[in-house]
Amino acid sequence: MRITKEDVGRISILARLKLSEDDQSLFAEQLSGILQVIDSLDEVDTGDMNRMISPAGLTNVFREDVVLPSIDPEEALKNAPDKEGAFFKVPRILEAD
Amino acid sequence: MRLNELKAHELLPLIRRHEVTVEEAVTETLDRIAALDGTIQAYITVAREHALQRAKEADARLAKGEPPRPLEGLSIAIKDNICTKGIRTTGASRYLEDFIPPYDATVIERLEDAGAIVVGKTNMDEFAMGSSTENSAMFSTRNPWNLNRVPGGSSGGSAACVIANEAVFALGSDTGGSIRQPASFCGIVGLKPSYGLVSRYGLIGYASSMDQIGPMTRDVRDCALILNVIAGNDPRDSQSYPGELPDYAGCLVPEISGLTIGVPKEFLEEGLSGPVRDAFMKALDRLEELGARVVEVSLPHVRHALAAYYVISSAEAGSNLARLDGVRYGYRAPGQEDSASMMAASRGEGLGPEVKRRIVLGTYVLSAENREKYFNEALRVRSLISRDFQEVFKTCDCLVGPTSPTVAFEAGEKTRDPLEMYLSDVYTVPPNLAGIPGISVPCGFDEEGMPVGLQIMGKQYDEATLLRIAYAFEQATDFHRRRPEVPQKTYQSESAGGERSV
Repeated sequence: MRITKEDVGRISILARLKLSEDDQSLFAEQLSGILQVIDSLDEVDTGDMNRMISPAGLTNVFREDVVLPSIDPEEALKNAPDKEGAFFKVPRILEAD
Repeated sequence: MRLNELKAHELLPLIRRHEVTVEEAVTETLDRIAALDGTIQAYITVAREHALQRAKEADARLAKGEPPRPLEGLSIAIKDNICTKGIRTTGASRYLEDFIPPYDATVIERLEDAGAIVVGKTNMDEFAMGSSTENSAMFSTRNPWNLNRVPGGSSGGSAACVIANEAVFALGSDTGGSIRQPASFCGIVGLKPSYGLVSRYGLIGYASSMDQIGPMTRDVRDCALILNVIAGNDPRDSQSYPGELPDYAGCLVPEISGLTIGVPKEFLEEGLSGPVRDAFMKALDRLEELGARVVEVSLPHVRHALAAYYVISSAEAGSNLARLDGVRYGYRAPGQEDSASMMAASRGEGLGPEVKRRIVLGTYVLSAENREKYFNEALRVRSLISRDFQEVFKTCDCLVGPTSPTVAFEAGEKTRDPLEMYLSDVYTVPPNLAGIPGISVPCGFDEEGMPVGLQIMGKQYDEATLLRIAYAFEQATDFHRRRPEVPQKTYQSESAGGERSV
């Protein structure tokens, strides 16, 4: 399967990842090559095999509902690019009108 | 012999008997880093003051008569995707260039409780995506055996610093071969434990259903000593193995007669280089001389492992790295009007090309129209590969093969074509998909003096047998005793990556 520059552009919006025009073209070419290899999965008869999500083979792991110490807000905010009081600060999230 | 050249199990008795102080041992390692790392460039951050402070504290404890701890005074290097409280942790990404974790990974807590001392954070491919450490956003690490070759990856800095005596041992992480392949390229021992054996808490997640932290050491005994400390249940890792564990160092007897060792024929097909094949064949002879029964086996679906791996790992990476949103930590692109553009621009500017490529691939295979064809199908193929291993382990105690199809390649040789780079992991990816352990041990050198690694794969959670076979092989050979000669150049004279201290 080939992947086009337009596909890459569309996916990059879904992934919230700004890509230059050059990167979009380059990735389209490189990912098409990678998809050729991945398409070999089509040849495999997987019948009724289950989808293997984790090799740990665990089901629900329960614990007592007890409060444990956690990082205090000041520590947690130390690496923030922008903050105000006890909060992370971001540019506006709603349209102006 | 200098202190920094000693293995963990050689240095520990000297410290326990008070023949050497912790400060002396740690200082020799730090001096070695200062002398050599301008050339090797294994470290992103050297935590000199931190290490000396901890060394003094350890000496004070010992002077008071407190009993020495299991790894007392050993200098450890930590791959830079494992969180160290108060010590910068970058994942070799511009995005996290200034990130100082507010907490320690579980493995760090355990190692420090056992008396080990962090001397620095090692270079890697950005967010562990790569096989040569050339995808680091900081700089490339050189292979101590030949400075024009790569050290492998993604744990290339950890492998290089261990063989160059710039640390007593190191931690790496392995999602598709990132401990074993650089161990093979640098001529050391590298173990990827069974999935769930070592806690992932505090590891910067790449593909969480395959990620494991493991030891990178100069011999198998050191590997067992470290595993004893880092393995074990951790409630903070939802996939952590809850069972009882043996004393791995106590399992090291050089005795393997009567064991059955399988050789998957798929590992010896096209793509395997001549020198690696030759060294591997000699290793098989050696295992037979030691009394093991060597049989050919087949893993019929393993030829699809690389395809399944790149679908699953990219999908998980795309999801995992959604946490890099420019809000809570890391890079934020300046001058953006609204949050959505801020996130897209921060990721676009802060991440390197391989990481972006995998986010795009991961998003593509998870998108509504492709999910069934790629992602779900890859998970079914993963089940088949896992079943193949379970079948052969009914008759075999372990499997062996080459760790990588080639020895360390030239720097720049594979950076143009991502697919070419991926093929370097063709033998290491299957154990990650199945969740079984794999170890690389030195098994020879090619005619240009580059090391070759033997991969031994074991049953899930049976690291004891795996380590015993690795130990028996190692004790019957002397490849693990060789060291490279590295020309020295101090890092003060040529800074490899900006500031190099905490």
